Amino acid sequence: MKVSRDRMGAGISRRGFLKGVGAGTAAAGLLTGAPPPGAAALDAAHTPKVLAPGESEISLKINGAVQKVAVEPRTTLLDALRNRLDITGAKKVCDRATCGACTVLVDGSPVYSCTMLALEAEGREITTVEGLGTPENLAPIQQAFINHDAQQCGFCTPGFVVASTALLQKFPNPTREQVQAGLGGNLCRCGTYAGMVDAVLEAAKGGA
Amino acid sequence: MANPQWPAAEQRQHLGKRISRLDGPVKCTGAAKYTYDIHRDGLLYAKLVGSRIAAGIVNSIDTSAAEKLPGVQGVWKDESLIGKEVQYAGQILAAVAARTEEIADEAARLVKVEYTPATPQVDDTDPARADGKPATREEGDVATALSQAATVFEGAYGLPVVCHCCLEAHGQVSEAKNGEMYLWGSTQSVSSYAKGLHEDVGLTLDKMHVECQYIGGGFGSKFSYDKWGVISAKLSQLTGMPVKLMLDRDLELMVAGNRPSASAKVKVGLDGNGKITAFDAEVWGTGGKDGYKPPPMPYVFTKIPNHRENGLRIPTNRGSQRAWRAPGHPQGCLLTMAALDDAAAAIKMDALEFFKKNLDLTERREVYAAQLDIAADLINYKEKAHLRGESGPGPLKRGLGISLHQWGGMGHQSECDVTINPDGSVETKIGTQDLGTGTRTTVTIVVAETLGLPLEGVTLKMGKNEYPASGASGGSTTIGGVSASSRLAATAALNALLEVVAPKLGAAPDQLEARDGQIRAVGDSSKAIAWKGACSLLGTQSITKRGTNVPGESQKMGLIDGGVGGVQIAEVTVDTETGCVTMNEMVAVQDCGLIVDLKTAESQVHSGLIMGITYALYEEAVYDPTTGRMLNADMEFYRLAGIKDVGQFKVHMMTGAGYDERGVIGLGEPPVISPGAAISNAVANAIGVRVPRLPLTPDRVLMALQQGTGQDAPTTNGGLA
Ligand code: FES
Ligand code: FES
Repeated sequence: MKVSRDRMGAGISRRGFLKGVGAGTAAAGLLTGAPPPGAAALDAAHTPKVLAPGESEISLKINGAVQKVAVEPRTTLLDALRNRLDITGAKKVCDRATCGACTVLVDGSPVYSCTMLALEAEGREITTVEGLGTPENLAPIQQAFINHDAQQCGFCTPGFVVASTALLQKFPNPTREQVQAGLGGNLCRCGTYAGMVDAVLEAAKGGA
Repeated sequence: MANPQWPAAEQRQHLGKRISRLDGPVKCTGAAKYTYDIHRDGLLYAKLVGSRIAAGIVNSIDTSAAEKLPGVQGVWKDESLIGKEVQYAGQILAAVAARTEEIADEAARLVKVEYTPATPQVDDTDPARADGKPATREEGDVATALSQAATVFEGAYGLPVVCHCCLEAHGQVSEAKNGEMYLWGSTQSVSSYAKGLHEDVGLTLDKMHVECQYIGGGFGSKFSYDKWGVISAKLSQLTGMPVKLMLDRDLELMVAGNRPSASAKVKVGLDGNGKITAFDAEVWGTGGKDGYKPPPMPYVFTKIPNHRENGLRIPTNRGSQRAWRAPGHPQGCLLTMAALDDAAAAIKMDALEFFKKNLDLTERREVYAAQLDIAADLINYKEKAHLRGESGPGPLKRGLGISLHQWGGMGHQSECDVTINPDGSVETKIGTQDLGTGTRTTVTIVVAETLGLPLEGVTLKMGKNEYPASGASGGSTTIGGVSASSRLAATAALNALLEVVAPKLGAAPDQLEARDGQIRAVGDSSKAIAWKGACSLLGTQSITKRGTNVPGESQKMGLIDGGVGGVQIAEVTVDTETGCVTMNEMVAVQDCGLIVDLKTAESQVHSGLIMGITYALYEEAVYDPTTGRMLNADMEFYRLAGIKDVGQFKVHMMTGAGYDERGVIGLGEPPVISPGAAISNAVANAIGVRVPRLPLTPDRVLMALQQGTGQDAPTTNGGLA
């Protein structure tokens, strides 16, 4: 599927495409609330909930709390968090799964929330940077970012902090190379990489 | 009486120490609210419509379909452009505001624009496309000097247009309410942001309330409120609702600023000993349709006895240039240092020896000499260096490259208020902004240092235009400006307090000092009173004093200065089979006067190195010659360096005795200037030939290897070769 990258181009944009999908399946209804994504969930006894077109209310479990939110089928998880729930730690930067600034944990795995639909996230555990620590009660990885000054403007930082958290869950005692690989899906424009590997290694030592 | 001069090294409590940035906790937890994160009740989301063509006429803009889309609350179009020429693709023609971002996005696509396209001109590498009068500067007699030189080296070099690519896109949240306008702009210039914008929205300046607490990058591209600032504010007036307008990434890359390109043919004349006698540069490049200022050349080696620069501007149908971190310098540096390095290689002289030999042709001979020695030690130059191309057998070639740079960095105009309250609390107000450079931290350090308090004893209010006006953050002018104004304000407030406290301690005010949370007599510990007790003597009256940085005066007092030099050496490994360049290490030696916070200062240097590696190896705005559109207006193909790409760093700050006396000097620009040249020189040293254009992509490396010298004129196809 080729999707054009901006709305000035000919052809269809990703959002237009998603909307098209939503509209096209409207008659059958988009399914949600069922355990994702297995087809077994489509059991005959289950009454489908019609979610398109337009907005429907869904429940998202974010940082341990269930929140109701009205979304369109085309609404991304990132936009649901930021625009509809005012949870703005995850940032919108590329909106195209390149930069990692929107990284959140979904069932413990790092996900670019700009590239997941809010509907897909229903029934799953979503953790944003806000769920990892607060300014008054920092997670070890956040303290380590501060200690090593691994942030400047800070716009990329929440994404790196979440990606580091996921990395440390997978590799509690990572090598330098593993840290670099684990953070390879995130970009920083200010140039804060210098202290970042040490920050993650320090958090690994302190937090393990 | 306290005096505003900086304390001597042994007296310093916070100044120059390694202090963690104070907004670290809010940034790494997602609690910091950037413009992009501002939410208001009833917020509308706005999206822009940019021109699909890069050249031609806009016949009509039809917003009727967009208006009919449910959820759309307001549309705006640029009537002044109808029937007029567009200058570049992405030029803003219309905007929509809607209840949700999804609807706004859809509505923007429903805006129909009719064009009569013309042929765009986006090539910036062919000097034949230049217009206007060339800008020529000549000192001495270049032609004669070249004709008499023992060696004349000729080379061609270039750097493409690169974007700022701030991770937080440009934009503004606007709320028109009760005849007032509240603006959250992502800006490098809080104090002056609303000037001009107020006229566009028909309000007086006192009705314009600007706030920017956190900004996700600016790098020189976010001084103005821009057209989208006006549109955002007007849409809010039109709809009576708050409006958030942030640029999408494609527009951000196309229209929100870029660094102008530069290509050059350079001739270097040397005498029989390797001294530079002549330097001649033909330079051309584009800044879009706007004017083009040729980069400073010869760079750093400004005292070459005979030198000439002839600068040509190539108008293109591209978005306009803006200041990009150290405007003109990275270009001038690459074009000069590469040519000098090639000249040294041509006479088989070691680059370090060559640069040292010619340091009398710079403005800072001693500084550079010391820096070159330190940098060479740090990278173990003696052991690792080899003459160009003598990197041994095998496909992996290692090389070192040197570059020198300079910058001003004198503090800007700045005002600051410091208030000491009877309860001992201290409040600082300053209309500055923290771009991530550490401004919030450094102002707090200066005030706490001055009052002898811990950092927690000082609250800082900044990022609003209601506070005392401070300059725009550009050109490394902020740290000097705000540290001088806050030092002056805090000193004045302290002196007013000392007047009150002196009788109580039975000492003259000028025998008192503020240290370790006390006011005490110098050298007499029996006469002391804790800070809180001292402040309580104020009764009900707070003290507020204003400090004003007037750059010339503060410089005379030794508070600030301008003019620094720096040296960087890069070590790379080049795979001659794949053309891939790997960064092994970069060392940076930087002169920056008195350091306020060593930790954030070093981060600034790392930041410069990483941004420099990025433009040296990856960044380029690629334009399609047929459509005139930017082909890589996204973050997948407009590449930024990732964490694996940057190698190791060693940073040495020239601070302490001999440097501290100069006072505070800005540090944002200098370290970003040299990496392009140092890395290009390192690659040439490794593979034996010059790769003439940045970025040093594998295809360019392989082509240079194939061509042997790599010294053909820069390509004319937009730098795609
Ligand atoms: S915003 Fe999601 S990856 Fe960039
Ligand atoms: S800190 Fe600014 S983008 Fe990473």
